[in-house]
Amino acid sequence: MPDLIGRDFTPPDVRAKVTGEAMYAEDFRRDGMLFCRLLKSPMPHARVHGVDARRALAMDGVVAILTPEDVPTQEEPGNNILTYEPHFVGEPIVAVAAVDEQTAQDAIDAIELDLEPRTFCVDPLESLRPEGPDARRAGNVLAEGGVSSHKWTEEDFSSVAEGRMPTGEPTMQWSYGDLTAGFDEAELILDESFVTASNAHHSMEPRTCFAYWENGKCFVHGSAQSQAFTHPGLARYIGVEPENLVFVAEFCGGGFGSKGSAYPEMSIPAHMARKTGRPVLMRVSRAEEYYLGRARCGFQGRIRLGFRVDGKVTSCDLYIVQDNGPNSGFGDLGSAADAVSLVYTPEAMRFRGVRVLTNTPPRSAQRGPGQNQIACAVEPLLDKAAAELGLDRVAIRRVNAPDSETPYGDDRGAITSAHLREALDAGAQRFGWTERRGRSGERNGSKVRGVGVGQAYHSAGSSGFDGLVRITPDGILHIHTGVGNLGTYSYAATARAAAEALGYAWDNCVIHRGDSREHVPWNLGQFGSNTSFTMTRTNWAAAMDAARKLRQIASIRLGGSADDYELRDETVVHRARAGVRMSFAQAARWAMEMGGPYSGQNLPGDINDMTRRSAEALAGTGLLGVARDDRVDATVPALAAGFVEIELDTETGRVEILDYLGVADCGTVLHPQGLAAQVRGGAVMGFGMALTERHVYDPRWGLPGAVGLHRAKPPSYLDVPSEMDWDAVDIADPDNPVGAKGVGEPLMGCAAAAVLCAVSDALGGHYFNRNPVVTDMIVNAAARRRQSTRPLATNTQ
Amino acid sequence: MSDTMAGFELHQPIDVDDVLELKRRYGTAGWLLAGGLDSLDWFKDRVKTPEAVIDLTDVEALHGVRETDDGIEIGAVTTLTEVERNPVIRRRFRLLAEAAAQVASPQIRHAGTLGGNVCQDTRCWYYRYGVDCYRAGGNTCYAAAPDAQNREHAIFGASRCVAVSPSDTAPALVALDAEMIIRGPEGQRVVAAGDFFMEPSVDIQRMTVLGPDELLVAIRIPSTWAEAHFYFEKVADRNSWDFALASVAAAFRTDRIAVDDVRLVCGSVQCVPRRMEAVERAVRGRVQTPEGVEAAGALATRGAEPLAYNGYKIQLVENLVKRALRSIAA
Repeated sequence: MPDLIGRDFTPPDVRAKVTGEAMYAEDFRRDGMLFCRLLKSPMPHARVHGVDARRALAMDGVVAILTPEDVPTQEEPGNNILTYEPHFVGEPIVAVAAVDEQTAQDAIDAIELDLEPRTFCVDPLESLRPEGPDARRAGNVLAEGGVSSHKWTEEDFSSVAEGRMPTGEPTMQWSYGDLTAGFDEAELILDESFVTASNAHHSMEPRTCFAYWENGKCFVHGSAQSQAFTHPGLARYIGVEPENLVFVAEFCGGGFGSKGSAYPEMSIPAHMARKTGRPVLMRVSRAEEYYLGRARCGFQGRIRLGFRVDGKVTSCDLYIVQDNGPNSGFGDLGSAADAVSLVYTPEAMRFRGVRVLTNTPPRSAQRGPGQNQIACAVEPLLDKAAAELGLDRVAIRRVNAPDSETPYGDDRGAITSAHLREALDAGAQRFGWTERRGRSGERNGSKVRGVGVGQAYHSAGSSGFDGLVRITPDGILHIHTGVGNLGTYSYAATARAAAEALGYAWDNCVIHRGDSREHVPWNLGQFGSNTSFTMTRTNWAAAMDAARKLRQIASIRLGGSADDYELRDETVVHRARAGVRMSFAQAARWAMEMGGPYSGQNLPGDINDMTRRSAEALAGTGLLGVARDDRVDATVPALAAGFVEIELDTETGRVEILDYLGVADCGTVLHPQGLAAQVRGGAVMGFGMALTERHVYDPRWGLPGAVGLHRAKPPSYLDVPSEMDWDAVDIADPDNPVGAKGVGEPLMGCAAAAVLCAVSDALGGHYFNRNPVVTDMIVNAAARRRQSTRPLATNTQ
Repeated sequence: MSDTMAGFELHQPIDVDDVLELKRRYGTAGWLLAGGLDSLDWFKDRVKTPEAVIDLTDVEALHGVRETDDGIEIGAVTTLTEVERNPVIRRRFRLLAEAAAQVASPQIRHAGTLGGNVCQDTRCWYYRYGVDCYRAGGNTCYAAAPDAQNREHAIFGASRCVAVSPSDTAPALVALDAEMIIRGPEGQRVVAAGDFFMEPSVDIQRMTVLGPDELLVAIRIPSTWAEAHFYFEKVADRNSWDFALASVAAAFRTDRIAVDDVRLVCGSVQCVPRRMEAVERAVRGRVQTPEGVEAAGALATRGAEPLAYNGYKIQLVENLVKRALRSIAA
């Protein structure tokens, strides 16, 4: 057995990335190509009554204008391709194509718009007031029936002045257990309001896209986290049959959830190319990425937690108002509630929430959407409870930590495995928690030490997708993967499951990916921390199908039954009869001679159409393993614990992160270097979430104040320790053939939460109930000055 | 928010006279480009669309650090990295080297120049966004409105405009009694660094006294404060690529007990580097005591007028001034 799982390797796309040979969407060129620029809304909500492009179209080099009439209308409140009713600053109204980018922008500048400003909203709570503004004409909230008007009463808002979150009529709710009884038996009840900020994704590669048509086929080079999963949605946006779309997305310069599936802007060059008959490149700029690049949903919330004397959470009453952006947004608030049900295992819980529309950038998933915001809100409160109950901060987390039998969410469903307690124990020991805790509050002039521990969760796996492998007559194993390449290298780490299953040396394996013409199967997108679990399952399933066929071919050609054979060193060997053997290369040749299922001429009936098309294209070229993975009817939890030590300067508000350790519960570790990169990268994003990153909007004009990397402030190299430590509990998940499950997302949330806890620790237990905790908040808190931000306000400084 | 530059004519002169001639020819339609860190954002956003860009980087005379009879002279197009690393500056005027080392990021300091750093326009996000505010020739200040997001803005000296001087090196140059050497059609003039920066009450559309036909050619630092005790500190949200929320640059002639003379200047709290003269007077000639340091901190922010979101700057400036004074005995 080659023993590939848990070993470092060099993913095949690394060399191109470090040498600069990798071709991203922006790097492609074709003869006669045009460049496309967008005319974007200068207002947060407006109606376009007229577009006068006569001057623009008369300019030399200007070829075409693309208007909302030229593209499919999206069902409200979906994200538009182009629109005459923009709902956020920067929403594309029309596009212009010209022979070069500068001319295209000159033409954009020459277009005269007749714009009528409309009511807009940048703070969800304001929108819920009786006379508050609505972000859309149809209303201010997104509920099950679509967009509607939903207002609270003046009385509901009476608590706001004291900073207490109002909890008016929700549009969604669930509960389990006896909430009242839980609070009745509680030794301590915390009732806290909180605000977590919306923030941008900062994908290093903007969502640039290049498209052209040839003989009825549309070719798109896009920036995407996912390959197969993006395909049907993109075909819909373009208005082309999926089989006539060639989608190329070999490399992705970061997505963090914002490029998980097809997005409407990706179709604009294809529409423009269809209209002009020429290839079209639409380079999305850094600034535009802050309008079109999606964002995390902010929360304004309230949580009531009952604790027994030993720290066990008895009841939890959670209310979240979610800043949903102007459109369909994302379901962060529900995920947040599910996370609370699992990480803190309350015996009774009620969740209520409202998704409120605002005229700020469209929301999508961002690493740990919902789970990470709620970690930032709740983890510091656990510390507060620990202080009041006289408990250690790791101990109160251990008391509440889930195990593999813990029920999940409102339907109290099953989970596959959970080892958060083991992660806390391993982390506390490796970090030296007890010793470091002793340094908490130590002063050196104006500097104070703080230590913190944080936890987070995300579901981390799916099932039921297709796997496709092929052994060619040269004996090579071709692993076709449609998952995508977000940049985590997990497409490659999970492909190794197929090699492991067949006993292949890794050098004899080739991965096919990143291009429809590579004949990829139908796979889930590379998002939601799911890849490690989902794709090891599909690749394993396809490899098992290939293994079965190898043994069958051996029995047919060499005699005996299939069960008489085993796979060893890329050879099918008779268990009892020495010398009766067949190389995989020979098996591939025989498979091609035999045809039928062996070489893909007959395919399973339950595979997806995309997989079928790919398998049909490959049929006859070798031995095909193709199978649909079985369904797992349980939630797959990824859990993580972060430990941090900081030094906080009470006079300048500066927080220096001295040391960090992240510990993952990701089942069996697939790829140690990949996991280490996830722990560190997640931590860096988490530090930004805790300390610097947020949306800022001028409430009077609706203008964005955090556009660009230097204003949106993700952490830089100099803001993080040069060395960060990592560990994993490395306990196999029983529902995965190699024991793996994902973990990318909670690695951010646990770091963010740990830093927030450490900041509060350094300030002697001052809880901000708001993140990020920026410099001025620390300066004010340390000097006991009133904070500038109005209570519960969001999208504000 | 176009993020695509408009076309312009690019001139790359090699001597100062040609620069001045080009500037005279184009007037306000001509734009002086040094490192480009201020200019390129304006161009990409198409908020500024000059007809001609005059690139200064090939003008040999504008580069380099020279020792003079009384101190040093630094060419305006000397990069911030060169300033940060120059051995004479590090030995004699360390305050400036420390301030230069705090600018933006290493990459930006490699391209950015000392002249560009002191001449850069304000970073008020409303103004940079391209709104029609006073500074842009309009008739309102967006940042001073009741709900405005003005965390980075001025607590001192606002006059219609509440923007601040963003430069990290400017407070250091004022503290060092630097002189700005300016060339124009009428020849050369020398302006004290303390008089170089423009109050909005005087001219709301300019950050410096430089006229449309003028060029900052060099910055002279006299030996007045050479090898003095210095203190520089910048507070920002991030450790790189961030503008100061407040900074302090101080020079002390001291025997580590009493202060013979002092310059104390704060950045990012006013539209110009703010010299804390009341603090200087209170400190000069005195032995520093903890009580005196406290009193000086309070004195530093007397008369401050915070906006809705920048009240913390009062505390921050007090803290920075006290840290500067405490450094004497450290």
